[in-house]
Amino acid sequence: MIVAAGTFTAPSIDWFALAPLLVLLVGGLVLLVTASFTPQWPKHLYAYATVALGLAAMVVAFVQWHAITRDGPKLLVGNAVSYDHFSMFGIITICIGLSLSAMVTDDFLRREGMEGPEIYGLYLMAAVGGIVMVMSNDLIVLFLGLETLSISLYVLAASNRRRAESQEAGIKYFVLGGFSSAFFLYGIALIYGGTGSTNFNRILTAFDSVPLQRKDSLVLVGVALLLVGLGFKVSAAPFHFWAPDVYQGSPTPVTAFMASVGKAAAFAALFRVFVVALPNWKDDWRPVVWVLAILTLLVGSISAVVQTNVKRMLAYSSISHAGFILIGLEAAGHSGASTRSGMPSSMMYLMIYSVLVIGTFAVVAVVGRTGDGATDLGSFRGLSRQKPWLATALTVFLLAQAGVPLTSGFIAKFGVIEAAVDEHSYALATIAMVSAVIGAFLYLRILISVWLADAEVGDEKREAMHIPISTGAAILLCVGFTIYVGVNPEWLIQASDRVVLVAVPVVGG
Amino acid sequence: MQLFVFICAAAMILGGAVGVILRSHPVHAALSLILTLFGVAVLFVAQNAHFLAAVQVIVYAGAIVVLFLFVIMLLGVDKADSLRIDPVKVQRPLAAVVGVGLMGLIGAAIVQGRSTLAQRGTGIDTASGGAGRDSNIRQLATDLFSNHVFAFEITSVLLVIAVVGTVLLARRPRSSGASDGESVIRQNSGAK
Repeated sequence: MIVAAGTFTAPSIDWFALAPLLVLLVGGLVLLVTASFTPQWPKHLYAYATVALGLAAMVVAFVQWHAITRDGPKLLVGNAVSYDHFSMFGIITICIGLSLSAMVTDDFLRREGMEGPEIYGLYLMAAVGGIVMVMSNDLIVLFLGLETLSISLYVLAASNRRRAESQEAGIKYFVLGGFSSAFFLYGIALIYGGTGSTNFNRILTAFDSVPLQRKDSLVLVGVALLLVGLGFKVSAAPFHFWAPDVYQGSPTPVTAFMASVGKAAAFAALFRVFVVALPNWKDDWRPVVWVLAILTLLVGSISAVVQTNVKRMLAYSSISHAGFILIGLEAAGHSGASTRSGMPSSMMYLMIYSVLVIGTFAVVAVVGRTGDGATDLGSFRGLSRQKPWLATALTVFLLAQAGVPLTSGFIAKFGVIEAAVDEHSYALATIAMVSAVIGAFLYLRILISVWLADAEVGDEKREAMHIPISTGAAILLCVGFTIYVGVNPEWLIQASDRVVLVAVPVVGG
Repeated sequence: MQLFVFICAAAMILGGAVGVILRSHPVHAALSLILTLFGVAVLFVAQNAHFLAAVQVIVYAGAIVVLFLFVIMLLGVDKADSLRIDPVKVQRPLAAVVGVGLMGLIGAAIVQGRSTLAQRGTGIDTASGGAGRDSNIRQLATDLFSNHVFAFEITSVLLVIAVVGTVLLARRPRSSGASDGESVIRQNSGAK
């Protein structure tokens, strides 16, 4: 043993490059440990600590963004983790989602009498999982990040112990999520069998260095199984059945977290695997993504129209947004990561959508009132008369989700459709625009209830809505971001253009 | 000889796996799982991975299945669940067709990909290639702490989540008295 220790060289670890991850991880552990030894903290403090950690990680990511611009991307810890603009963009998206969700959760937990540090601890751990997925350069690391994120989300979905719907959402998500993880893992095993490695760079070079044909059946089946596993996590169409039930049953702020951080991390992983590791098989996976994108768009927007529960409507709308981002993946499948293409516009879409969806669900959480039950369309009737500002904020979010110009949603949708048109995927672009029109009907339906309909009979007997301070602040921030990006999008487009520099640096060692 | 060992182990694994899903009594299903895990251990031995085989028996067959049995006993699921109820009539035949199709697809892929597998070396050299009795452990340790050290450390985050999640879900809801557990159950049955 001692002899072996002499010859062993440990991989060097660049602690600064891992800082965003470490801030959230250590912060989460310290939060959990100190909270378990101290009595209940004064109100807001758990949430503010979480927001502070999220912001700290985000600031570090900004610093690193500039460091990468200066020094170029690299691989860390034995080539397992990549440190590039793509990672940083994903980390910033995740930190925005984490901070805003924590602000909404703060008042929600107090209203429901569930105040405690555990939810925030799980948020932080889930964000760590998301960051690991975004940064991963190895299928095993990616899988561990995926499980860290998913298991936190299963628990969070079931975290409202007083509502049977929440428990049901948790168990449904858990069973189906475990099933999809099995697909993903089997895919990893087959790709390992076919290429001899789980490292992205080695998978990439396996194609050149060894007599491995593109039609190698092991890798092809592996690619298909990976697509199934990740397709489930992003709720792409044939694998979307969990989304409406889980979104509806989960506590509303958790739904916001799931739709923002969960979706951003899963899509970032999808891009990492398919654009970075498997571009040699792009002619095989691109048609499949094409079909998935169209199915997702149509299923999402058409099923949304017939729903009567607003959380369920938003779940289907989230499925249709996933379809838009898949268009970006399809476009990236044409051109790879090298040029202005689907990848930057998709990453920008994810950031914009994360903010939008948290804002929307924050409004739903306020309207849902104690018990988190009043989320059917009827509860939104006459909202404009009771809370005109809340109704205005909801209007901004829904118009942005529909893709109306001068909001961030327009920039996002325009980006992916432009990418598709650039790659001559005219059919895909046309179907995307048609489904955006179908989707607009859904948002208008909610808006008509909010602005034109009278309040539901018996609504005056319900408790009055009140907008608590940190939820209000979160909504305000989301509205500000939505309109600012809508009017002045150049900086975000330029920043996301840098994301094309996805790491394919030399393998060291 | 190698083929014979492989066929025996494969029969154990498949028999156990079929038993897990076909036995309607949960204790019998858990015991069938042991058979599968032992079969995998035998395959590890056949590949000269003695350390993995030992870990497989101790951790999986020993600890994890015992945990399953504990849970089954503590939850009192000692009666067989009826599988007669079938809310959607077509789903079982459909599931069978899709399952067989998927198995055929993956099987065909593996048969066709045999040549690739033959060209590939193994990730870790087998014990016969290394030197000394401990080479298995040594190679695993080297690989774990060099190439996979990040994955190794990140696994600890999963354990933290398991602990936090268990505490969160197993604790009774606060501030509503002792009858709360019952009220959740009542809501559950009411929702169905």
